[in-house]
Amino acid sequence: MPRHLLIAMSVLLVAVLGLSLYALHMRKTAASTPIPSTDTRPLAPPVAGPTERVILFVAHDNDGSLRPESAQIPLPSGRQQRAEELLRALLSLYLDKSSPHVLGAGADIRSVFLVDPGVAVIDLNSAFADMHRSGILVEELTVTSLIHTISANTPDILKVKILVDGKERDTLAGHADLSSFYDVTAVNQLATQLQSGQ
Amino acid sequence: MRWTSRNRSAGAPPAVRRAPRPRTLITALPAVSVLLCAILLSAVPPDKHLSVYSMAANYSLPVVQREGRDYVGLLEVLEPLGKVSAKPDSRGWRLRYNNVEGDFLVGKTRARIQGRDADLGGKFLQENNRGLVPVGSLSSLLPRFLGGPATLHEDSGRLFIGNVATHFTASLSADNPPRLIFHFTAPVNPTVATEPGALRLTFSREPVVAPASPTLTFGSKAISSANYTEGNGAAVVTVNATIPVIASFSADGRTVTISPTPTAAAATTPAPTSSAPGTAPATAQPTPAAANAAPAPVPAPRRYFAVVDASHGGDDHGEALSNTLLEKDVTVALAHSLRQELESRGIPTLVLRDSDANLSVDQRAVYANADRAAIYIALHAASSGHGVRVFTALLPFSGDDRGNFRSWTTAQHASLPLSQIAASAVAAEMQKRQIPVRSLAAPLRPLNNLAGAAIAVEVAPQGSDSSQLTAPDYQQLVTSAVATAIAATRDQLGGAQ
Repeated sequence: MPRHLLIAMSVLLVAVLGLSLYALHMRKTAASTPIPSTDTRPLAPPVAGPTERVILFVAHDNDGSLRPESAQIPLPSGRQQRAEELLRALLSLYLDKSSPHVLGAGADIRSVFLVDPGVAVIDLNSAFADMHRSGILVEELTVTSLIHTISANTPDILKVKILVDGKERDTLAGHADLSSFYDVTAVNQLATQLQSGQ
Repeated sequence: MRWTSRNRSAGAPPAVRRAPRPRTLITALPAVSVLLCAILLSAVPPDKHLSVYSMAANYSLPVVQREGRDYVGLLEVLEPLGKVSAKPDSRGWRLRYNNVEGDFLVGKTRARIQGRDADLGGKFLQENNRGLVPVGSLSSLLPRFLGGPATLHEDSGRLFIGNVATHFTASLSADNPPRLIFHFTAPVNPTVATEPGALRLTFSREPVVAPASPTLTFGSKAISSANYTEGNGAAVVTVNATIPVIASFSADGRTVTISPTPTAAAATTPAPTSSAPGTAPATAQPTPAAANAAPAPVPAPRRYFAVVDASHGGDDHGEALSNTLLEKDVTVALAHSLRQELESRGIPTLVLRDSDANLSVDQRAVYANADRAAIYIALHAASSGHGVRVFTALLPFSGDDRGNFRSWTTAQHASLPLSQIAASAVAAEMQKRQIPVRSLAAPLRPLNNLAGAAIAVEVAPQGSDSSQLTAPDYQQLVTSAVATAIAATRDQLGGAQ
């Protein structure tokens, strides 16, 4: 065999061996990297611009109450986008490590639609509902918090429908009914009851 | 005669002396054969059938055993439901139902329907130009062809296509001797058979399905219970009675009344003088003149005062309270405890879910509404929080009532004040017993679908240990408080019935 061919073959063999070892290493690295149970990537870009003071109604599990909390958040000018940002600000509190009402990782608001006259549709992502804790009170706190926050900051909303991944769903996590439209007046009364800790 | 006979047998050779034996054998053989046939025939299982219930037709098909599985002809299943054609060849079948095509290869366990694989759970077989599929595969095959749900009760050979099920409720009349009244959601025409101690209604053609609990108990000695069973393409309701009973039909076949035979009724009806003091006779005694002219008054069916609903069940586990404890199991235990507490206070109680059965919220509401109970109590359990939460319905945005017909989603509207009275009473009773309690509205079905007073009670542990939920003393503490509150508001709740 000519010498140059021998050298070329040797180089190729070394390259093959090296690449194989590298591939093995990459495979091991990939195997040891934990796969996130839910998709936690953001769905919408963060909003920049002038900030506004809003009231968020935050659920607290320790005493099963709903408490108003003031927050300074950037809000876009569009009514629908404002509603979305409002709920995302609320969610950011719940997804925080020191959350008073823990939601599952990856929970997010896909979008909010405001339809005249007086209808709001909140579209949650599947992680929001799938990872939500089950229980009448714990689910009720979430639903009331969302609806009361949006209705307190967005006038003229009379009824609210909650969807999950754009589809109707029977319950949030086995208890809170999502099949009907929520009556905002009734929810606001409940929110008042929950705020007083009765 | 005896002598002659003895003499004759004594003089006969041995072969002649044995002559009676073949004669005995000849007479015994047919008897043995008949006996053997009877034994063999009794050992042969009855022909198996698959009953199919659909909006288009109800029909029965023979089931054959192949390779240890139950098989049925696919073409025969689909033919009554729509336009179907099949092109058999040496390799298999191409079947077309309306616009859906399916390819089935002989000996293969998978088929292709509209280009997608479908698992048959057994080989596709071809016999005498019949394409046979395992019965178990119908629940997955038929939705592909029909585009709608198909529910298979494989063990009992019953197939429901679409929402065709006929439900029923049973209630016992308050008169003596009692009558058992079955109300069906569609007309039925069962075969009636009686035997000592039982009356059997066999539904071969009707898609009758199980009630909330397969065994219904009535707390009466005369008609003690009714059992629901299914098998070989039929549903059977067996009424257990200590007196002879007969079945009669009314309301176009939607009502079946099981009543004592006239002789049994006469034997069991006590004389008016023998009534317990303070006990009103169940029916007014007609005057002698009116007795022949007017028909006997129709007895009012017994109404349960309280319906207790063990929430969740079957595939719906509710909350996982711990690694080993599911909400659906705790609610059943609470329901049993509450029934005991209520009945010990003289409140007739029906428990909607006695076993690990699947029961939709609509079914729960239908049962409670049909029974016209004074109060419906849904039981829940939770690991978060402390003590007890009592809920009434948070009504959704008002549905449209049409004339006298109430919207399903806000059926609770008129009874909400009564529900709140009951909830307040329960909360007050909990406070008396120093159990932490809150009373709230909640968007919880089926509270909003109930036409009478309705509350939900969510029980959480008093501390942080979820295992307290299974402690009988804690369960009894909570359920006795609920029962005391219901008993205290009985007049207010009962007045609305």
